[in-house]
Amino acid sequence: MSELLQFLLSGVTVGAVYALVALGFTIIYNASDVVNFAQGEFVMLGGMITFFLHAAGAPLPLAAVIAILATAAIGVAMNKLTIEPARGAPVVSLVIITIGVSILIRGAAQLIFDKQIHTYPAFSGDDPIHILGATILPQSLWVILGAVAVFIGLWLFFTRTLLGRAVLATSNNRLAAQLVGINTTFVMTLSFALSAGIGALAGVLVTPITMVSYDVGLALALKGFAAAMLGGMGNPKGALVGGLVLGLLEGLTAGYLSSQYKDAAAFIVILAVLFFMPQGLFGRKSTDRV
Amino acid sequence: MRLSVKSATLLTLLAFVVVAPLFFPSSFYYRVGALIFVNGLAVTGMVILTGWAGQISLGHAGFAGIGAYACALAPEHLGLHPALAVLLGAVISAVLAWLVGRPILRLKGYYLGVASLGFGILVSMVLNNERDLTRGPDGIDVADLGLRGLLKDAGLDLSNGQFWYFFCGFSLMLGAWFALNIFNSPTGRALRALHGSEIAARTVGIDVPRLKLQAFVISAVYASVAGSLLALQNKFITPDVAGFMHSVEMVTMAVLGGVSSVIGAIFGAAVLTLLPQVLTVFAEYEQLVLGLIMVLVMIFLREGVVPSFLRKFRGNEA
Repeated sequence: MSELLQFLLSGVTVGAVYALVALGFTIIYNASDVVNFAQGEFVMLGGMITFFLHAAGAPLPLAAVIAILATAAIGVAMNKLTIEPARGAPVVSLVIITIGVSILIRGAAQLIFDKQIHTYPAFSGDDPIHILGATILPQSLWVILGAVAVFIGLWLFFTRTLLGRAVLATSNNRLAAQLVGINTTFVMTLSFALSAGIGALAGVLVTPITMVSYDVGLALALKGFAAAMLGGMGNPKGALVGGLVLGLLEGLTAGYLSSQYKDAAAFIVILAVLFFMPQGLFGRKSTDRV
Repeated sequence: MRLSVKSATLLTLLAFVVVAPLFFPSSFYYRVGALIFVNGLAVTGMVILTGWAGQISLGHAGFAGIGAYACALAPEHLGLHPALAVLLGAVISAVLAWLVGRPILRLKGYYLGVASLGFGILVSMVLNNERDLTRGPDGIDVADLGLRGLLKDAGLDLSNGQFWYFFCGFSLMLGAWFALNIFNSPTGRALRALHGSEIAARTVGIDVPRLKLQAFVISAVYASVAGSLLALQNKFITPDVAGFMHSVEMVTMAVLGGVSSVIGAIFGAAVLTLLPQVLTVFAEYEQLVLGLIMVLVMIFLREGVVPSFLRKFRGNEA
């Protein structure tokens, strides 16, 4: 029993990170129909920038805030320099652009920072908390609570503020949104800033557990993408559920079956879900216009 | 007189294969050339799948992995000749593509992307983890094809590099010839119709699921044979051949050069194969430059390098 709980707890921690990455995919996809494979690099940047600022003497909270803001700025730059000029390009081209940006960011990080693996102290110490025979690190709670806070914050933003509704309107129908006077260019800028910021936050929170190096982004991007697709691309609720399901599957497979094949279980489940629900768990059914 | 696309493509390839060696300053360039041809073969499959049928795959390196490991394992465990192992790999890839393709090709766009990605990751995970069979991430030795020895007995003495250069060049021309024959056949026209609009294609009586599956299986065989050739010429292979980055590389080569044209895609393969060789001088900047090139080409030459330039060239005619 305590064993199961242990696997579930570690699964939820990982799942919370996947959910945050998947949420980043969702926000950008909604605003621009682009699946941004550079999403994982934002997580990496969050961890790396925080580490280097902290190492240079900045207090951890300040370093974290600067890292999140800097990453958000990089997200905005990515949109202005690569996505906006390529508006209307076919899906494959956009995929290659975002993969190109992710390779570029990785290459730059390797030059500007270094190729070492880094970590910084956990926010509330390293003494594990005991729950019913299982243990959880305080930092895991930070990760889970961070994810919950982000989801509540976004939910309030999208349902209670004019700007959030403008984003939703744009994702529904870009042209119609423009016609009622919504500045869709600004909505896209905002979406990239939000996504990059959320990715960086995930990196800031998880680095004390998983550590960070310049090349961690790719694996995270693939998992986040898979989680977003599992939930149904474009649906924030789907991102949350998809991320948690993926994390729990990995935790349980690693615990009970084989840690080498933990990724396999996740992808087999995704294939099975897509087989029965081609739009993911919460996706809208799409119809083709003839 | 204007040449047909098919003759023009094959003549260009032939000219390149024959003439390029005259300018090679050292034997190392034969090896790079052979690599270009192998990658060109793999991306020719992507042209059929992505360029003509309009389907995305982020997992085709999985098939390359199957082709490569068939050449490593079949001679050792089944006693097959390496040439037959290439065939066995191609058959396994085709059957697997048929089985996997049936359910996942119902998916569209990004959903197809993630499903094919899942397939590729499963293959590369098996290759990495089944150490007893594949020796894991460290890689495995591959038997010699033996053809060079036969040629030597027949009086044609080629160096190893020269042999693989001409052998892969010949294979690529064969692959391109086959693909271009499909392009001009009723199947090719049906594929392009399907790319234009699936519903419109269905209304004129095209069996859309069957056609997509055909394109998927054919492109899988291309990837598999390319993987086999890579393994045989290196006499060594690691699971990286089936990795996600290799899948991305295949798509990128095809799209960068021009995914709807065979010669364009092969050009893309040539550029992206040469790039790391050129950039070894500034090894640290390799990723930076690669990423930058991918982004810039896709923004400014959306159809890919070759089709974009051809259009500019013929601009006045039309």
